[in-house]
Amino acid sequence: MHKVRNLGIEVSLGISEAVKLADVDAIAAYPITPQTHIVEHLSELVADGELNAEFIPVESEHSAMSVCAGTAAAGARTYTATSSQGLALMNEILFIIPALRLPIVMTLANRALSGPISIWNDHSDLMSVRDTGWIAIFAENGQEAFDLTLQSFKIAEDHRVLLPISVNIDGFTLSHVIEPHEFLSQEEVNEFLPPYQPLVQLNPDKPVSMGMVGIPEIFFEAKKAQDVALIESKAVIKEVFKDFGDRFGRYYNVIESYRTEDAETLLLTMGSISETAMEAIDVMRDEQGRRVGLLRLRLWRPFPVDELREMVKGVKTLAVIDRAVSFGGTGGPVAGEIRSALYSTADRPYVASFIAGLGGRDVTVKDFMDMAALAEKMEAEGEIHEYKMIGVRE
Amino acid sequence: MDALNVYAAKLAPQQESLAPGHRACQGCAELLAVRLVAKTLGRDYIIANATGCLEIVTSSFPHSAWQVPWIHVAFENAAAVASGVEAGIKSLKKKGRYPVDRKITIVAQAGDGGTVDIGLQALSGALERGHDFIYICYDNEAYMNTGIQRSSSTPYGAATTTSPAGKESIGQVTMKKNVAEIAVAHDIPYVATASPSYPFDLMEKVRKAADMEGPAYIHVLAPCPTGWRMAPNLAVSIGRLAVETKVFPLYEVVNGEYRMTVQYKHHRPVKDYLKPQGRFRHLQEKEIEFIQQYVDASYEKLLKKIAMSEG
Ligand SMILES: Cc1ncc(C[n+]2csc(CCOP(=O)(O)OP(=O)(O)O)c2C)c(N)n1
Ligand code: SF4
Ligand SMILES: [Mg+2]
Repeated sequence: MHKVRNLGIEVSLGISEAVKLADVDAIAAYPITPQTHIVEHLSELVADGELNAEFIPVESEHSAMSVCAGTAAAGARTYTATSSQGLALMNEILFIIPALRLPIVMTLANRALSGPISIWNDHSDLMSVRDTGWIAIFAENGQEAFDLTLQSFKIAEDHRVLLPISVNIDGFTLSHVIEPHEFLSQEEVNEFLPPYQPLVQLNPDKPVSMGMVGIPEIFFEAKKAQDVALIESKAVIKEVFKDFGDRFGRYYNVIESYRTEDAETLLLTMGSISETAMEAIDVMRDEQGRRVGLLRLRLWRPFPVDELREMVKGVKTLAVIDRAVSFGGTGGPVAGEIRSALYSTADRPYVASFIAGLGGRDVTVKDFMDMAALAEKMEAEGEIHEYKMIGVRE
Repeated sequence: MDALNVYAAKLAPQQESLAPGHRACQGCAELLAVRLVAKTLGRDYIIANATGCLEIVTSSFPHSAWQVPWIHVAFENAAAVASGVEAGIKSLKKKGRYPVDRKITIVAQAGDGGTVDIGLQALSGALERGHDFIYICYDNEAYMNTGIQRSSSTPYGAATTTSPAGKESIGQVTMKKNVAEIAVAHDIPYVATASPSYPFDLMEKVRKAADMEGPAYIHVLAPCPTGWRMAPNLAVSIGRLAVETKVFPLYEVVNGEYRMTVQYKHHRPVKDYLKPQGRFRHLQEKEIEFIQQYVDASYEKLLKKIAMSEG
C-alpha cells in the first residue's frame, strides 16, 4: 500500500529529491538561473553520500550535454538541468542525443532567451529546440514536477523509446516556490523504476560504433526511424502515466482538461499559468455562467494530435495562449501547431492565437477572461488574424 | 620497449584494433599513428572521437574500422564526451553494474582544429577536472577534412586555403600555438609530443599515459601528404625531418618534469624540412631564415625547461 508522506519544499528541491530517488548514476550540469537550486541541491546530496552518483561540474552547457552523451553511452542513468542561454549553448548537441538514442532526462526551468537579457519566465527557450527530437513534457506544480521527473526516466529508458526528455517547469514562478509535495519512498520508486538496462553501451566486451557518418544512402532512413520512435513513444508515455497512477493514485494525461464539459470556448495553456487560467475558468463559469473550459497541454513533443482532435470536438472557439513568439510567423508556436493539427478536420473550432507573459510579465485572471471574450468576439466576426499580443504596452 | 631499437618491432603487439579498409588518403601518417596507438592499447579501450578526417575515414556507416567501442558526437567536444564515458563507467563500477576487474583506458582523439581551436575549452575543462583519460591530438596542422583551412596549429609560412600565399602574404602569418604547454599548465601527470615516424617512442608514451592515473595529453605530429602538398611516400621521412630539424622535438613531461625522449647530436637546417613540402614552396631565403631563428629559440626554451627538471 502506498503511504502518503507530505512535505512542504521548494519545487527545485523536490525535483532534486526525485532525481535522488531515481538513483541516477551521473549528473553533469552548469549553473544558470533559475535552474541553480536543483543542481546545487544535487551536489549536496552527492557530497553527503546520500546519492551515489558522479557529479561532473563542467565548464559550459555545451560540455554538460556532451558529458551526458558520454555517461549515457556508457550505460549510466543520466540527468542534467538548464535554462535559456544554457539550452541555447547546448543546441548543437541536443540534436545528436536523440539520434544516438540516449535516454537523458533534463529539467528545463523555462526562461526567456536573451536579448534583452532576462532571467524571467517564458517558453522561448523550449520553442527554440522544438525540432531537436526530444520528448518535451510540462509540469504545472511541484507535485507534477516531482512525479514527472520520476516517470521521465522510466519513459526515456524504455527500450521501445530510448529518447531524451525535457521536463519543463516555469522558471521562478514554479522553480522557486515552496509547495506541498507528496513524496514516494525509496522502495516504492525502486519497484517502479529499476536500474537502467542499456540496449547497447560502450563496453569492450561487445564493441559498438556510435555516431557514424550518415551517407546519403542511409541518412534519410535514420531520420525516419528517429521520427517513428518519437511518435510511437506516446503510447509508452501513456502506459507509464497509467502505471504510475495505478501505483500512487496520481494520474496524468497527455492533455489535461478542466471543466470542459459542454464548453463552447476553450482556452489552451502550457505550464504553470494553467493554474491562473483555472481560476479564470471558475469565475467565468460560476459567476458569469459562461460555457468555457481549459485544455492544458502536458505533452508538447510528440504532439498529441489525436487527443487534441478528440477534445476539441464540438467546440466553437479555441484560444491558444503562447509564451513565445515566432517572429514574423503566422501565430504563436503552439497555436501554429494546433492550427495545422486541426486544419484537415471537419468541424474545427476557430483558433485564436494569443501571445502573453513574455519575460516574466504576469498573466492575470482578468487577462484570461479578456482573452476568452476577445476570442469569442473574433470568432463571431470571423476575424482573420495571425496572432495578437496580450498585456503589452503600446 | 626501447624507443630507438630496431628490433623492437618484433615485440610490438600483433593485434590490430583499427581494421584495414578505412578511407584515409594514401600515405596518411595520421592513420599510421592511430594504428600504433590501437596496437599499444589492444582491446581494452574506448574512444571518443571528434569530427574530422579520422572520424570520416573510419566510420562511414555501415563500415566501421573500429574493433573497440567508439563514439563520435561532434567536432569540439571529444574531451567532454570522454569525460562522460569515464565518469559513467566509474559510477557503474561503484554500483557493480560494469565489469570491475579490468582497467579500461578512455581515449579522446581529435585533430588540431578540434583541439587547439574549437575544442580547447572542453579540453581544458576535462584536464582540469582530472578525469582518468588520454587525450590525443593528431596534428596535421590544418582543417584537412574541410579542405585544408588554417588552424592556430598551422605553422608560420604555410599556405592553406584560408591562409594562401600571395603577393601580399607569405601564407600563415601567426606562430603555431603550443598546446602541449597549455596542457602542462594544467598540472596534469603526463604530457608528451610524439610522432608516427618514431613508432616505439610513440607507443611507449601511450603505454605510460594509459598506466598513469589522471589525465594525459599526447600531441602527435601527423604529416598529411594531401594538405602538406607532398608525395604520399614522404609522410614518414618528413615526420623524421621535423624532429631532426628541431621543428617538432619529441619530449615528455612527467609530473612537471621535462625530458627529451629522442635526441640528436647534430640537427639539420629547417630548410631540409620545408623544401619537400608544397605548402612552403613560396618561401624565400629571408623567411626561411626567420623560421630557423624561431625554431632555434623555441628549442632553447625547451632545453632550459629540461635543464631545470634535471637540475
Ligand atoms: C561546430 C562545427 N564547426 C565546423 C565544422 C566543420 N568541420 C568539420 S571537421 C573540420 C575540421 C577538422 O579539422 P581538424 O580538427 O584539424 O581535423 P583533421 O580533419 O584535420 O584531421 C571542420 C571545420 C563542424 N563539423 N562543426
Ligand atoms: S587529408 Fe590528410 S589527414 Fe586527412 S586522410 Fe588525407 S592524408 Fe590523412
Ligand atoms: Mg587537422
